[in-house]
Amino acid sequence: MTNSPSNALDIVGVRKSYGSLQALKGVEFSIPRGEFFGLLGPNGAGKSTLISIIAGLVQADVGQIAVLGHDTVGDFRHARRLLGVVPQELVFDPFFKVRDMLRIQAGYYGAGREVWPWIDEMLERLDLTSKANTSMRALSGGMKRRVLIAQALVHKPPVVILDEPTAGVDVELRRTLWQFMSDLHRQGQTVVLTTHYLEEAQEMCSRIAILDRGEVKALESTRQLLRRHPFRFLRVKLAGNAALPEALRELVASESDGSIELKLETGKHPIGSVFDALRDAGVAIEDVQTRDPDLEDIFVELTR
Amino acid sequence: MTPNQRGFVTLLKKEVMRFWAVLGQTVTAPVITALLYLLVFAQALSGRASAYDGISYTEFLVPGLIMMTVMQNAFANTSSSLIQSKVMGNLVFLQMAPLGPWEWFAAYVLAALVRCVLVASAMFIATLFFVPLPVHQPLAILAMFLLSAGSLAVVGLIAGIVSQKFDHIAAFTNFFINPLAFLSGVFYSVHALPPFWYTASHLNPFFYMIDGFRFGFFGHADVPILHSIAWSAGFFALASAVCMRMLITGYKMKR
Ligand SMILES: Nc1ncnc2c1ncn2[C@@H]1O[C@H](COP(=O)(O)OP(=O)(O)O)[C@@H](O)[C@H]1O
Ligand SMILES: [Mg+2]
Repeated sequence: MTNSPSNALDIVGVRKSYGSLQALKGVEFSIPRGEFFGLLGPNGAGKSTLISIIAGLVQADVGQIAVLGHDTVGDFRHARRLLGVVPQELVFDPFFKVRDMLRIQAGYYGAGREVWPWIDEMLERLDLTSKANTSMRALSGGMKRRVLIAQALVHKPPVVILDEPTAGVDVELRRTLWQFMSDLHRQGQTVVLTTHYLEEAQEMCSRIAILDRGEVKALESTRQLLRRHPFRFLRVKLAGNAALPEALRELVASESDGSIELKLETGKHPIGSVFDALRDAGVAIEDVQTRDPDLEDIFVELTR
Repeated sequence: MTPNQRGFVTLLKKEVMRFWAVLGQTVTAPVITALLYLLVFAQALSGRASAYDGISYTEFLVPGLIMMTVMQNAFANTSSSLIQSKVMGNLVFLQMAPLGPWEWFAAYVLAALVRCVLVASAMFIATLFFVPLPVHQPLAILAMFLLSAGSLAVVGLIAGIVSQKFDHIAAFTNFFINPLAFLSGVFYSVHALPPFWYTASHLNPFFYMIDGFRFGFFGHADVPILHSIAWSAGFFALASAVCMRMLITGYKMKR
C-alpha cells in the first residue's frame, strides 16, 4: 500500500459485512495532509462504519487503513495518537464533570498537565467555560456535542474526523462549529467531515467523496464535482399559468407554485431554444431565473 | 513515565475514582451486609460445635464471610464498570485510545483489588469487636486474598466483555457467582456434607479460595494450603488467559 506519510489517511480495499449486508464493498481512497475533506452519502451508505474502522472500534473483514503512514491495526498506538474522532452518537460518561472528563481522556493518550491549558482554551472556544465543573449528565444536547468535539481533540491530533457534528444542532451552534472547524483547518489539521447538509460540505470542503451503499461513487475536488455535470437550471414562470409546450416537457426537473424548473444540458439545450419554443407556442414569460447545479443536484444524480 | 504508562495509570485512577465516589455503595454497604450475616448466623448457630478444635463457630465464620464479600465485590467492580460504559456508549472513548489489551486488563483488575483491600480491611477491623481473629500465616492470607480477588475481578471482566446489557451481568451473578460462593463452605466445613456434595465442593474453585484463606488465620483447613494455592492460582491463570484472548481478539467488543 502507499503508506506515504504525506497522506493523512490511506484507505485500501476495505470491506465489511454485517451478516448478508455488505456495509462496505471495497472502499479505497486517500486523503492528503492538510485537506478539508467531505465524506458524504445517504443514510446507511457506510460512512460511520468506515469511520469506526479507522478509529479501531470495528474490525474490517479485509483491507488496511493508515493514519499518516501508521497502520491502524499493526501500529495502532501510533495511529490512534495521530487521530481524533468525534462519534456520531451523543455518548458521554455521566459520572464525570466536563473538565475532569477531558483531562482523563488526555491521560489515556499519555498527555498530562502540559495539555491542561489547551483543554481550557478549547472550553473557551467552544463556549463551555462556564460548564467546566458541571456534571456531564446535566448538559444539554448541544453542550454534550461540543464536549464530544473537545474530547476528540485533547491530544491535539493532526487528523480529525467528525461524524455528522452539525446534525440536529441549532443554527447558532452550527455556526460556532463551522468557525471551530475552519480554525482547526487553518492551523494545519486535516479535517474529515461527514454531514447531511450539502451546502455545508460545498462551502467548507475542498475535496469530497460520495459513498453510496458501501461504494465510492465520486472522489474529486468540490469544484470539479460541481463542474462534472454540464447542465444548468432555468426557472420560468409563465403568464396566466399557461401550460408548457409539449416539446419542453421532457426537460422539467421540478415544479412549484406556478413556476417550472427545466434542466438544460450544455450544448444540447441552449437557453435561446427554450425561449424560441415558448414564443412559437404563444406563451408569455412572466419571470425567469437561471442557476448552476449545486452539490445537492449532483448528489441526487450520483446516488439515484 | 512513558505515554503508555501514563495511559494505564489514568485508566487505573479513573476506575478507582468510579467506586471511590460512591464508597457508601461500594464498600460500606457490602460490609454491613456481611456483618448482618455474621450476627444472625453466629446468634442462631452459636451453640454449634465448630469444625476445628478450639475455634468457635463465629470465629470459623469470619474469614469465609470476608472472602465471600471480597469475591462478590471484585466481580461487581469490573463487570459493572464495563457494562455501564457499554450501555452508555462511552466505552468508545477508551476503545479509541492507544491502550493495549494488557493495560486494560491490569487497570481494571488492579482497581478491583483496591476496592477489595478496603472491603476486607473494613470487615477485619469491624469483626475484631465481635471476635478477635488469630493470624496464623499472614503470607497465606495475602496470597489467597490476591489470587481470589484477582480471579473474580478477571471473571467480572470476562462477564463485562461478553454481556450486552445489565441483565446479562445479573444472570452471571445469580447463576454463577452466588451459587458457587454459597456452596464453597463459607457457613460450614465441607466435612459436614453428604458424600456427593463433599466431592462436588472439591471441584469448586471458590471452595479452595475460602479454605486457603481460612487456613491463613487458624492454621487449620479442610485441604492442605498448597492445594488451595495451586487451585486458586490455576483458576486465576485460566481466567486471565481467556480474558486476555478476548481482549486481544476484540471478542464482542469490536463489531
Ligand atoms: N453493528 C451493526 N450491525 C448490523 N448492521 C450494521 C451495524 N452498523 C451498521 N450497520 C449497517 O451498515 C450500513 C451502514 O451503516 P452506517 O455506516 O451507519 O451508515 P451511515 O453512517 O452512512 O449512515 C447500514 O445498512 C447499517 O444498518
Ligand atoms: Mg452515520
